[in-house]
Amino acid sequence: MSKSNFELKVGLAEMLKGGVIMDVMNPEQARIAEDAGAVAVMALERIPALIRKEGGISRMSDPEMIRDIQKEVSIPVMAKIRIGHFAEAQILEALEVDFIDESEVLTPADEHNHVWKHDFKVPFVCGCRDLGEALRRIGEGAAMIRTKGEAGSGNIVEAVRHMRKVTSQIKELTILSREELMAQAKILGAPFTLVQQVAKLGKLPVPNFAAGGIATPADASLMMQLGAETVFVGSGIFMSEDPSSRANAIVEAVTFYNDAGKLANISHGLKKAMDGLDIAKIPKEERLQERGW
Amino acid sequence: MNIGILSLQGDVEKHGSVLRSLGIDFFFVRYADELIELDGLIIPGGESTTLTHLMKKNKLFQSIQLFAKNKPILGTCAGMIMMSKKSNHRLVTPLGIMDIEVDRNAYGRQVFSFVDDLPVRINGHTEKIKATFIRAPKITQWGKDVEILAEYNKEPCAIKQGMHIALSFHPELNGINIFHKEAFINHKAERKSKPSYAA
Repeated sequence: MSKSNFELKVGLAEMLKGGVIMDVMNPEQARIAEDAGAVAVMALERIPALIRKEGGISRMSDPEMIRDIQKEVSIPVMAKIRIGHFAEAQILEALEVDFIDESEVLTPADEHNHVWKHDFKVPFVCGCRDLGEALRRIGEGAAMIRTKGEAGSGNIVEAVRHMRKVTSQIKELTILSREELMAQAKILGAPFTLVQQVAKLGKLPVPNFAAGGIATPADASLMMQLGAETVFVGSGIFMSEDPSSRANAIVEAVTFYNDAGKLANISHGLKKAMDGLDIAKIPKEERLQERGW
Repeated sequence: MNIGILSLQGDVEKHGSVLRSLGIDFFFVRYADELIELDGLIIPGGESTTLTHLMKKNKLFQSIQLFAKNKPILGTCAGMIMMSKKSNHRLVTPLGIMDIEVDRNAYGRQVFSFVDDLPVRINGHTEKIKATFIRAPKITQWGKDVEILAEYNKEPCAIKQGMHIALSFHPELNGINIFHKEAFINHKAERKSKPSYAA
């Protein structure tokens, strides 16, 4: 019996497709998320908008808080580690979290290396801004890729940029000849075998989700129409005025992403969305998406 | 033949690949009125709490129950939970299509997910397949009309009742098509081979 194979990890990512993964900071929020139809929750002590506001070092969440959330809900529970912090990953695996997000939202622990994710039974999700970054993470063992966007900004523009970039780079690979693929692998800084695989498939070999800045049902629909297979909503729900209604609406928006009439109804009466930030006004060194190598 | 894959949430595409391998036409369905055109339905894996939530909100509950009266349904993992008559979670309202009770996530969290060999008795012969169990449910009670197609550790994990099939695991992830074939092709052949008195 094999328990650590890659297909099993990608298998769980497949099951999450078409669902919404919500950031939660306590069991009460986790329950609101589950009741609203979330397909999984991401347990973290401070959602990105608060990390941005409060500053300081952001680390893996307190195991007690993760355990409390695991007790509260029956859907998969995910948690974040700092980039390269494999000891935090080992602890999360011991806690039996269902997915680990090696995330730029937390303060990086290693400025050159990410975690070697093949060593773990728990599947990993990692952020990317372009195809090269996505394929480096898959090469290290990530079973799911998400756009980085700009977490905690409430601004969708970066997630759109990253999704469009990945998609257009994939399209480009599909029309290149074999010898051109090697040159392109060099430019992308991506493992050659994965470049060959993507050129053949015309898509990433693992599910491709959207994250970073999703705040409304329309944002969710936009990302799905751009090719995302589901969405993570970080600060967008619990920084809004009425989290439960908004959570419900975004869940339905992901399923019915191409039904504008339904989206119009879903988007009704949701009260105020989270406040958004203009990306141009966030200094480059404070942009979370710059983290990761 | 048109088979629908219920596409509210879950691993819908992999079921599409399996149907394609059998030369069966399929559609991704999300609305109750789309069921009318179909000869069979697949309820895929995903989260049963989410599936319940979306089925209720979109008036699919009764439509699927009515559909099940004369068309075959194949459910995998969360799909099996939805087809059961009783589940162990406050947010899951099963459809009651099969005479089984299930426990969600009964094998444990993702670190306990596994792939293993599984002998299956189907359509008169035994076949050994690779079965992928992901946070899988267990069948805890079953009625006398339920035919057991496979057992894992002496517990049923693949069952048939009338024309419906429910599985704890995910044949679609391993490209295995014997259950899809049994539910939609063999079943149809059985019906056709019955004498037609009208003629």
